[in-house]
Amino acid sequence: MSDDHVYMTLAEGHEDDTRWAYGTGFEDPLHGVDTAVPDGVDAGELAALCVTLADDALVSAQRLAEWTTRAPELEEEVALANIGLDLLGQARLLYSRAGQTDGTGRDEDAYAYFRDAGDFRNVRLAELPGGDFAFSIVRLLVFSSWRLAHFERLTAHRDPVLAAIAAKGVKELAYHRQYAAEWAVRLGDGTEESHRRMRRAQEQVAPYLGELFTAYDVRDEVVAVLRQVSEAAGLPMPVYRPLPGSGRAGEHTEHLAPLLAELQGIARAHPEATW
Amino acid sequence: MVTTALDTRRARRIAEQVPDPELPMLTLADLGVLREVSLASDGTVVASLTPTYSGCPAMAEMRAGVAARLREAGYARVEIRTVLDPPWSSDWITADGRRKLAEHGIAPPGTAPARATGPVPLVLSPPRRSVPCPRCGHPDTEETSRFGATSCKSLWRCLGCREPFEYVKEI
Repeated sequence: MSDDHVYMTLAEGHEDDTRWAYGTGFEDPLHGVDTAVPDGVDAGELAALCVTLADDALVSAQRLAEWTTRAPELEEEVALANIGLDLLGQARLLYSRAGQTDGTGRDEDAYAYFRDAGDFRNVRLAELPGGDFAFSIVRLLVFSSWRLAHFERLTAHRDPVLAAIAAKGVKELAYHRQYAAEWAVRLGDGTEESHRRMRRAQEQVAPYLGELFTAYDVRDEVVAVLRQVSEAAGLPMPVYRPLPGSGRAGEHTEHLAPLLAELQGIARAHPEATW
Repeated sequence: MVTTALDTRRARRIAEQVPDPELPMLTLADLGVLREVSLASDGTVVASLTPTYSGCPAMAEMRAGVAARLREAGYARVEIRTVLDPPWSSDWITADGRRKLAEHGIAPPGTAPARATGPVPLVLSPPRRSVPCPRCGHPDTEETSRFGATSCKSLWRCLGCREPFEYVKEI
């Protein structure tokens, strides 16, 4: 720690594997965790589930990070970035678990940086462009309500690693949902303009709700939470209008590829680089 | 073996004293992230750490810190393991840790909400918590943001001395 310049200081000390949140080639976040897949668990299915959940989290984290320097208030910028960071952490753990179980031995970077849009299994809701603050809040409310309910079920998964990742995630997601729900009420029950924007955001999100409810039956639980928030916010329940195709099958909107180009550009230009 | 027991205790003491990279007034033991230190039969020190939050960027730094301190203390073989289960709770911050946080102007967490199994209820108007100001002790404070400079903290403001302060969230 000889240099006063903050980035120089962070870049020092690679020899003793001191690393901060930059670059690629991090130590496996599941380092030292028992990686055996229990009897009776289909390793391929487990890996596919982990990739799906990780893709949702990674793409959402990227959209949330886009608010940095652009949020209406510093506090909201910090909040949205923190929520993104939690999701990024969940993605890292889930990609690592996928690599241990799908037979390829890939690390988290291989999943995040070296797959193309067609290989991603995230819901299209996650990849839609940021829009205004109301849109981000409505999307986060729907996404975190669904993910919290889903993770809560996954705490009983027969794979102990996925169950542990889920148990940790439940605590984080409860904070995310709380944040989104409180803002939804504040904006829905706020000024005419904020109410109008919330209504518009609900319309924009509606076609993408169906994709969330494919695995596990958490639909009723999520709808009940959304109804609770809508009533408190003086907003109607979003009308479900399904759209053909599904991100779960690798069918994405035109927005995912540019998002990935930004996310993956440096890692692909300088493979194996660490900094 | 007596030497092994002594050696394990010494290794544990060394690992316990490693400071947290983001809350440097706390040791990893104060924070409750150091779960176990043991000595394998071949002399390898095995230290188990648990992350506070999934995305905590300080985790790699913590691992490296524990490994470096143990090597400096003469343990040639060190293995750091990650433990995910049970997930970290702010309840694991020790009494000593809470005192140090308060001394440094950071309000320590209250008791984490008990988690029953089943759906997590959404409470839209949670009862206002009373968090006394860690600087002046004034009881009237308000939350300005549930998310702060690190994952584990929220931002608060004292209505007495008007100073902002951080509060370690219950989780």
